[in-house]
Amino acid sequence: MKIAIIKYNAGNIKSVSNALGRLGIEHAITDNPDEIKAADKVIFPGVGEASTTMAYLKNKKLDVLIRELKQPVLGICLGMQLMCSHSEEGDTPCLGIFDLPVKKFLVDLKIPHMGWNSLHETKAPFMENSLEGEFVYFVHSYYVPVANETAALTHYGMPFSAALQKDNFFATQFHPEKSGAEGERILKRFLDIEVRV
Amino acid sequence: MNNLAKRIIPCLDIRDGRTVKGINFVDIRDAGDPVELAQRYSEQGADELVFLDITASHEKRKLLKALVEKVAAAISIPFTVGGGVTELKDAEVLLTAGTDKISVNSAAILNPPLIDELARQFGSQFVVVAIDARLENGLWQVYRNGGRIPVGRELFEYAREMQERGAGEILWTSMNHDGTQNGFANETLSQLSRQLSIPLIASGGAGTKQHFADAFTLGEADAALAASVFHYDTIPIPVLKDFLKENGIPVRS
Repeated sequence: MKIAIIKYNAGNIKSVSNALGRLGIEHAITDNPDEIKAADKVIFPGVGEASTTMAYLKNKKLDVLIRELKQPVLGICLGMQLMCSHSEEGDTPCLGIFDLPVKKFLVDLKIPHMGWNSLHETKAPFMENSLEGEFVYFVHSYYVPVANETAALTHYGMPFSAALQKDNFFATQFHPEKSGAEGERILKRFLDIEVRV
Repeated sequence: MNNLAKRIIPCLDIRDGRTVKGINFVDIRDAGDPVELAQRYSEQGADELVFLDITASHEKRKLLKALVEKVAAAISIPFTVGGGVTELKDAEVLLTAGTDKISVNSAAILNPPLIDELARQFGSQFVVVAIDARLENGLWQVYRNGGRIPVGRELFEYAREMQERGAGEILWTSMNHDGTQNGFANETLSQLSRQLSIPLIASGGAGTKQHFADAFTLGEADAALAASVFHYDTIPIPVLKDFLKENGIPVRS
C-alpha cells in the first residue's frame, strides 16, 4: 500500500510521519501531484494559520489536487478545517469538500482548547463504537459545528465535530499522531478503509 | 459541558543528552536514557512530557537535537522542550526535530518580543512561557536563569503580558514550593488561572496524590508538572490517575 503525506508548510508532518513509522507503515512525504494521485491513501496534515496556509496551497496548486482526489484522504487538525467551506480564521475561503463553516470558539473556557478530551456519538465507517469515550489530543481555537458529516463529537462548552466523513474524505480535529494508543488505532482504521469514488 | 482532562506532566532534566534524575524502574535498563524513560512514562499514561535541557556548553546542545529526534520517533504523546531557546532559529531546529512545543524562560524576560515572533512564526500552540517566581514581601517576584537572578517584574502582570504577546500556555513554578513536596501554591495558582485565558501548568511542591487533586480543584490549574515523585516512583502515574478519577477530577485513563 502506498501512503502519501502531503508535503507543505504544516507543522506536524514529522509527527505524522513518525506515527506511521511506529506502525511500521512505509510512506512518502511529497508535493509531487503524480505521486499523490497514485497513492492508495493520502494524509493531509496541518498545524498553522488558515489564510497563510490556504495561500500556500493555492500557490502550489495543491488546493485543486486535494479536492479532486478519489482515494481515501485524511485531513488532520488545520487540514480538516481547510477541507471545510470557509474559516473565520483570517476570513478564509477553504477547499469546500465539507460544506461546513469553521468558527472561532466563543465559550467561557480557556482557548486554545488544548489537551485530552473524549469522543462521543462515534459513527462508522471511520469511528468505531469502541472509541466511544476514549480520549484524544486536541489543540485548536476554531471548531466545526456538529453536522450530518460528523463522525464523532467532543464537548468543550458546547458539542463540536471531532471527526468528519463524507465519501472518500475523512478528517479529525484532534491529532491521532499524538493521541497515544487510541490515536494509532484511528490511524490504522483510516488505512484499512477501502472506498474510492 | 466540558470533559477536557486535567493533564499530568512528568518533567525530565537533561544534561548532555542524558537524564539527570531518576531511579531504575524494574524493567528499564538505563534510567539515564531519556528515550527509555519517555517511553515508560508514555506507557504509564502521562499526558505530556517536558524535557528541560540544563546542558551548559553550547557545543553539547547538538546532542539535544539528536535526542529530540529519537524521542519524537519513540512516543505518541505531545512533548515540550525547554532550555536555551533564545532565538527563532533555536526553536526551528527543535520543531524540525519533532518537538510539539518549546518552553521559553529567561529569553522571554530579556527579549519579550521573541514571544510575539515565535507565536507568529510557529503558532501560539507551540509556545509555552515558563516563569519562576518567589513570594517576597507580599509580591511574587519573577526570577531568571534558573531562579538565580531577580528581574524586578511581578508574576501576574508578567504572565498577562506573555499571554498578550502570544504565549499558548504558562508554566509557573513557585520557588517557595519547589522541592518542598508540601503541595502546590494553590491560592496563587487559582488567582493566576482566573487572570489568564490560556492554560496554566502548575509546578513546584508535588509530594502526594492529594497535592495534585488540590492543584486542580483549589488551584484551578489545567495541568500539573512534577519530577521527583515520578522519577523515584513515589507516585506511579496510574495510581495517581485512579485517585484523581475517584475524586471526580476529569483525567484521561
